Parts: sequence; structure tokens; C-alpha cells
Amino acid sequence: MSADQFVQYFISGLTMGSIYAIVGLGFTIIYAVTRIINFAQGEFVMLGGMLSFYLIKSAGIPLAPALILSVLITVVIGAIMYLLAIRTARHASVVSLIIITIGAAVFFRGIAGEIFPWGVDIVRPPYFTGSQSIAFLGAYVHPQAFWIIGTTVVVMILLHLFLTYTMVGKALKACAISPVSASMVGINPRTMALIAFTLAAALGGISGVVMAPLTLMSYSSGFMLGLKGFVAASIGGFKSPVATVIGGFTLGIVESLAVGIDWGPFTSAYKDVIAMTVLLLILLIRSGRLAEEERMS
Amino acid sequence: MLERVKRKWYYSVIVSLLVLLIVIPFDWFPGHYTTIMVLIGINTMVTVGLCLLLGYTGQVSLGHAAFYGIGAYFSAVLSKTYHLNPWLAMLIAAIATGAFAYVIGYPIFRLKGNYLAVATLALGVIVYILFGKLAPGGPDGIAGIPNLSIGGFAFDTWFKRYFLVWGFCLVILLISQNIVNSRSGRALRAIHGSEAAAESIGINVDRFKVKIFVLSCVYASLAGSLLAHSMAHISPSSFDPMVSVIVVVMAVMGGLASIWGAVFGAGIVVMLKHELLLGFGELEIIIYGLILMLVMIFMPEGLFVWLKSSYVKLKELYIRWRLGQIRRGAET
Repeated sequence: MSADQFVQYFISGLTMGSIYAIVGLGFTIIYAVTRIINFAQGEFVMLGGMLSFYLIKSAGIPLAPALILSVLITVVIGAIMYLLAIRTARHASVVSLIIITIGAAVFFRGIAGEIFPWGVDIVRPPYFTGSQSIAFLGAYVHPQAFWIIGTTVVVMILLHLFLTYTMVGKALKACAISPVSASMVGINPRTMALIAFTLAAALGGISGVVMAPLTLMSYSSGFMLGLKGFVAASIGGFKSPVATVIGGFTLGIVESLAVGIDWGPFTSAYKDVIAMTVLLLILLIRSGRLAEEERMS
Repeated sequence: MLERVKRKWYYSVIVSLLVLLIVIPFDWFPGHYTTIMVLIGINTMVTVGLCLLLGYTGQVSLGHAAFYGIGAYFSAVLSKTYHLNPWLAMLIAAIATGAFAYVIGYPIFRLKGNYLAVATLALGVIVYILFGKLAPGGPDGIAGIPNLSIGGFAFDTWFKRYFLVWGFCLVILLISQNIVNSRSGRALRAIHGSEAAAESIGINVDRFKVKIFVLSCVYASLAGSLLAHSMAHISPSSFDPMVSVIVVVMAVMGGLASIWGAVFGAGIVVMLKHELLLGFGELEIIIYGLILMLVMIFMPEGLFVWLKSSYVKLKELYIRWRLGQIRRGAET
């Protein structure tokens, strides 16, 4: 692999990695606040992307308002999902909650495949700014890739500021550390859970909206994106947002380079297998500590 | 006395269900349900395994389609490409699946709850992708898989396959019923209740989890083999991760901790898919999603168990009403 090729693969890894990072952040926030793994996280991404295509192509809304509207609708869906499905079942066991969020994921997927007029087709919303690739360090980078990476960086900075400097953000953090102590000082854990779900839906929606033009989107894209985001979050141990982001970038770059290297019989088709194997290895290596954690919570 | 009446009633229900099961495939029975019933039987076998694991032991598996597929692929390849006797192929498939489940069982069951769910999901995805890439036939799958046969008697029509599949299915249901009511079954329920408590009374938690996991994977493998030999054609799409979710839907419908509920759950889901919602595409998935959410929120014991308990409640209400009536009658 030449240096140019390396840069090329590295940048495409960075692009996908930033998507995984945002999706992973969604997992991390919900898990930290509610101890729930939201299996519908990937579907938020799918909904964001599909809605943006729908609003621009079918409803004819201009690009910028359509993007904002898609994210807003996704946020509302996330909030409704929490209020209707998660809150009503708050005494449910871990297994029940897993099944409920899977049910939500399957439901969203079915809705996207059934009610949108293009059904099960793969769609591509228009690029934000042209499709002329830009030469960069000997590689050609699509402008949409800059949008993806740029948006991710901005979102992460905003999220960091939100969690560190606002009252609500601090309350979320307190709730993540201990819901019981947080409620003693007047923080309502259920409100915080609602905020966590909204925030996660927003993150999913935003990543879906910016990635869809480049990576394409279909009603079934959410599943794999969710799993990849989960890999990012599990590399970060579901604790720190920073570690999740690093995890996302690592996964993106490893995947991309793995595709680039010539493995002989093992072709690029094994990209997803690599990601899933990484996930299994991480889980198994950390299994002792993870079991300890579940016991504590 | 009451106990004896109850038991009599219970047996008469079982006998009439069995008779119904026997007459369904005959031509004079209204409707053509033979093929559908074969599918229901096969799906029931997978679901019962998941019920043992998920309902009784409390351990999630979102990768059961993988084991279902491994069984089917082993059977198909051995009997078609290597011309092995289909029965032998089926046996080897079950042993191979069991061995695979045993090897991955110990590491994977060190995980719990959420992480176990994700790990099994990842496993399902890996196996699914490998079916499309490494297995013979690639994404198109394998066609022309031979029928099972005993001596010269081949299970080559749906009528014959019906009895084959339901024979297997009933044996598996009875075995599972016995396990649940045995010492091991109580151990499994103890693990579900509290692992720490189970361990403190001398139950080897890890070993029991792996054992029941291996058993449920062998069930799935047998079901996969039956599917391969009945359909004569399999492809990776029959074993994609969505299938694992659908198996969970069946288990949830039937009541997670209910062996006979599995028949009910598999029956409803297969009927939905092949009879009621034919041609509605993704509508089916929307309904699965709703079922999963609604059942888990409002009747976490499952639809079958919920119906059973609401029947009991209704009967109680009726008896109370009757008693009141009699008492009022006595007063006047």
C-alpha cells in the first residue's frame, strides 16, 4: 500500500469512524443514565437519513430546513419511544428491556420500509455542497466527507460544553454516577432519562442526515450502523464520551485499512466480520469487569 | 375429587389436540394447512430451545438463527455434495452444532444481560455473513437437497413430511417438558431467580447455562436439518439476524417460560407471515415490533400465559357471581 493509498483509506476510515463515534455516543449517554442498551439507536440514524431524503425529494423542502426538520422529527420519535415504550415498562427486567428496544427497532424499520413511498429501495439524498472531490495530501476526498467529519467535531464540542457547563448537563452526569443520590438533591431521574433518549435520538438523526448522501441509506441500514456504534461504545466501556469517540475512530480506521490491505482470499467483503469479531473480543476480554458492573447496577 | 376432574379435563384437551394434529394433513380436512404446519413444527423446535434458555434460565440469545443455519448447511452439504445418508448428515450436523455451541458457550456465558445479548447478536451476524461468502452456493444457497428416507420409504411429499416433522417436534416438546419438571429444570429456574443464590446452594451456574445453551442449539440444528431436507433448498437469507429476532417474537408470544406456548407462538407468527400478511411486505415487521413491545410491557409472561391467567380470573369472577346469586336466592 503506497502512502497516497494509505491517506485515502485513512480519511475514509476517519469519515466512517466519525459516524460510528456519534452513534456510539448515543449508546453511551442512554446507558450511562438509564443502564439500558438501546437497540434502536441505529434506527435513529436510518430515520434521520430517510426523512431527509423524503423531505427534500418528495416534499420539496429546501436542503437546510429539511435537514433540521429531519433531525427534529427523529428527536420527537426518540422522546415518544421513551415515553410510550420504556417509561411504561420501568419495572421490567433487563431481558424485557432488551426485547422492548429490539421491538422498537424492528417497528421503526418496518415503518420506514412500509410507509415511505419508495419502500425498500436504497436512496441517496443530495450532497450538501457539490460532488467535486478535493485533492488532499495526495488523496481525493469527497466534500461530503468533510461535512461528516466537521459535523462530528462540532457535535462533540457542543456535547462536551453541554455536559460540562449547563445545569441540565451536570444533572445528567450526576444521574449517570448515581440515580439515587441524584434524586436526593432534587434531580428527577425519569426526566433525565427522557433527556438522554432525546439527546441520543438527536445524535442519531444528525449522523444519519450528514452520512446519507455519501453512504446511501435504506430502511434496513440501521441495524448494522447500530452494531458498529455499539462497538465504538464498548471500546469506550460505555463510560466516557471521549473514549467512545476514540473507539469510533479506531473502528472506522481499522475497518477501512483492513479493506485496503490485500488479504488474498479474504476480500473486503469481510469488513463487517472484522468489526463484529473486534466486538466479540472486546466483550470477552472485559467480561469479568462487565459482569461486576452489571451486578453493581 | 376436584383434582381428578381437572386431570380428566386436561387429558381430554390433550387427546383432542393430538387428534386434531393427526387429521390436519388429510385431504378431507378443510383448508390446506399441511405445508404451513410443517413450517410451524420446525419453528416450534427452535422456539422451544429459546424458551428453555430465555424463559427458564433468563439468558438472552439473539443469535439462534446462526445455529439453525449451521444445522441446515451441514445437512445440505453433507447429504448433497458428499452423498452421505441424510439421517447421518443430520446427526453429524447436530453434533457439530452442539460442539460449536459448547466451545463458544463457556466464554460467551461469562457475559450477562445486555452484553450477552450483543455478543450473541454479533455471533449471528458473523455466521450469517460467512454463509454468504464461504458456504457453497454463496448468496444463492444450495438447491436439490435430498429427502430423508427410511429404507425405501422417502419423505417426499408434504403429507409424509408433516408426520416426520411433528414426530420430531413432539419428542422435543416432551423432552423439554421433562427437563423443566426435573431437578435440572429447578436448577435453571433458580439461576433465573438469582445466580448468587443458585450458586450458594451448590448449583454450578456456568455449567448449567452452557448445558442448556448447547441443548437449545442442538434443537435449532435439528430444526435446520429438517428445514433443509423438507424444502430441498436453503439460502443464507433464511438465517439472517432478523430470523433470530423472529424466534424471540415466537418465544415471547407463547410465553417465555412455557414449553407448550412455543407451539402457539410459532403458530401465530408463521400464520401471520404466510397466510394473513402475504404480500404486505414490511407490514409484518411492524407487527412483530408492536408485539415485542406490547407483550413485554403489558404481559411480560407472554400472550399464551396471559390468556391462560385471564381465563382463570374470569372463571373466578363467574364463580363469585354465581355464589352471590345462590346466597341471594337462599336469603329470599
